[in-house]
Amino acid sequence: MSPAIVPRRLRGFVIPLLMLAGWWAVVRFGWSTSPLLVAPARVWQTGVDQVASGQLFAALGASLWRDLVGFAIGAGAGLLLGALLGSSRRVEQLVGPSFHTLKQISLFAWIPLLSVWFGLGDAAKVAFLSLAAFFPVVLNTFEGIRGVPPDLLEVARVLGFTRAQRWRKVILPAASPAIFAGVHLGLIYAWLATLGAEYLLVSGQGIGNLMIDGREHFRMDMVLLGVFVVGLVGYTLNWIASRIEARALAWRGRSVAQFN
Amino acid sequence: MAHTGTLHIDHLSKQYVVQGDTLPVLDNITLTVNPGEFVSIVGSSGCGKSTLLRLIVGLEDDYQGEVLLDGQRVVGTSLSRGIVFQEHRLFPWLTVEENIALGLLNAALPADEKARSVREHIGLVGLAGFETAYPHQLSGGMSQRVAIARALVSRPDVLLLDEPFGALDALTRAHLQQELHRIWQAEGITMILVTHDVEEAVYLGDQVVVMEPRPGRIRRIVPVDLPHPRDRSGVPFAHLKEDVLAEFAGEAEAATAARHADRRGDGTRGPDSGFALPAGLRFAL
Repeated sequence: MSPAIVPRRLRGFVIPLLMLAGWWAVVRFGWSTSPLLVAPARVWQTGVDQVASGQLFAALGASLWRDLVGFAIGAGAGLLLGALLGSSRRVEQLVGPSFHTLKQISLFAWIPLLSVWFGLGDAAKVAFLSLAAFFPVVLNTFEGIRGVPPDLLEVARVLGFTRAQRWRKVILPAASPAIFAGVHLGLIYAWLATLGAEYLLVSGQGIGNLMIDGREHFRMDMVLLGVFVVGLVGYTLNWIASRIEARALAWRGRSVAQFN
Repeated sequence: MAHTGTLHIDHLSKQYVVQGDTLPVLDNITLTVNPGEFVSIVGSSGCGKSTLLRLIVGLEDDYQGEVLLDGQRVVGTSLSRGIVFQEHRLFPWLTVEENIALGLLNAALPADEKARSVREHIGLVGLAGFETAYPHQLSGGMSQRVAIARALVSRPDVLLLDEPFGALDALTRAHLQQELHRIWQAEGITMILVTHDVEEAVYLGDQVVVMEPRPGRIRRIVPVDLPHPRDRSGVPFAHLKEDVLAEFAGEAEAATAARHADRRGDGTRGPDSGFALPAGLRFAL
C-alpha cells in the first residue's frame, strides 16, 4: 500500500478497522456458528444497554476509584523511598538489598499474603495495586536522583545553594524525566493490576467482575464489551500521563542531547 | 571597582589517599596574587593545577598550609570566589538569563538590583538578545560566555578559570581570550587561569606560573612585563613564549631520563606519559 492512501494521522486505525470488518464478515456470512461468536452489533447494543442502566459506569467507577487510590498510595510511597535511596548512600546500603529482593517477587505471588492480611475486599485490592505502582516509581526515582550530574551539584556548591535550593533547582529538575517515567509506568501497572486484582480477589464491584459475570453466563457480548472498555481506559490513562509529562518536561524536548 | 582580593597561598600541600596509598598532589606551593592581577598557571596533565583551583574556590578541603584571601583562611565556597570550568556546566532546563541569575540566588540584593546585574552581565559577555535562549541552542563559545557571566554576576573578588577555552576551536578560543582580557580590564578583578596553552597563558597573564607534575610543584614563575593588550606576533611575546616552553622541554628531558631508567627496571607505567608510577598513582591520572 502506498503511504499516500491513508493519511499518516489515521494509519493507526487501519488494523482495528480491518479486524472489525473481518469480525463482522465472519458473523454476517455465517463462516462460524460457534455460540461463543457474537455480532459486533450485539456488543454495541450491550454497551448501550449497560450505559443506559448505569451498570457500566458503576463498575467502571469502582475500578477506577480503586486504581487511583492504589496508584496514589503506591506512587507516593515510591517517590519517598526512591528519593531516600537516591539521596543517601546510608539508606541505600540499609534498605537497598531488601528492596531489590522484594522487587524480584512476582506481583501475583503477593495475592495469597494480601488476602490473608486484608481479606478479599477493596483493602486487599488497593494494597495489591499500590504494590504494582510502587516498584517502578521507586526504581526510576532512585535512578533519576542518583543520575543527577555531579558537575551541576558542584556548581550548586560553588554558588552557595542551601539544601532546599539544591533539591528545587538541581536535583528535582535533573531527575524529573526519570521520575515522570516511573510515575507513568506506575500508572499503567496500577491499571493492569486493577483488573488482575478483580480476577484474583473476586468480590465486590468492578469492570473485571463485569467480565467474570459475562463469562459465567456465556455472555460473550459482555466479555468483549469489558475488553474494549478496559483497553480504552488504559489508553486514556496513558494519554493523559503523556500529556502531563510532555507539558511538565517541555524543556527536555529542547535539550534532549544532555539528558538522553 | 574596589581592589580587594589579595590571594596568598602559603606552603600549600595536598594528598589524596587512593586505596590506602598516600598520593601527593600538590607539594609546598607558595604564591601571592595581587588584587586585579591576572595569573596564568600552566603545566602538563597531572601537575595538580586544577586541584589548586579547586582548593582556592573551596571545593576541596583537607590540605596543609594556608590559602588566604585578604588574610582570611578559605573555608568552603563563597560568592566572593567565582569559577568557570572547562565544561560550561549550565543548567539545561534554564534560559541564559535564568542560568546567570543563579549566581545571585543567595546574594543579599533586592530583586530589581539582581535583575539589573544579570542584564549588565549579559551585555558584558556580549550576549544581549540571547536572554531567553536555552543552553542547547548556544555554541560552545557562547555557552562559555554564559558561564563566565554566571561566575561574575555576584561580583566576586577573584575569578578562577579552569581551562575554560580548552574544548573550543582555535578561532573561538582566540576570540574569547580577547574578550576575557576586555572583561578583566573592565571589571578590574583578580583572575587566575589554569591552562595547558602556553600562548594563552602568556597572552593573558601578568605572571605565568609553570608547574611540574608528580607531585605538583611550582617549577618557575615567569613575569610577563609586556603592556596590555599583548601583540601575539611581536618578538618579545615570542621570546616569552619560548622561555615558558623551555621549562616544559626541561620537564620532557626529565621524563625521557625517567623512561630510560624505567626500561632498566620493571616499574609500572602511567597510561600515556611513560612515567614510572607507583601502582596507586595510576588511578589519579
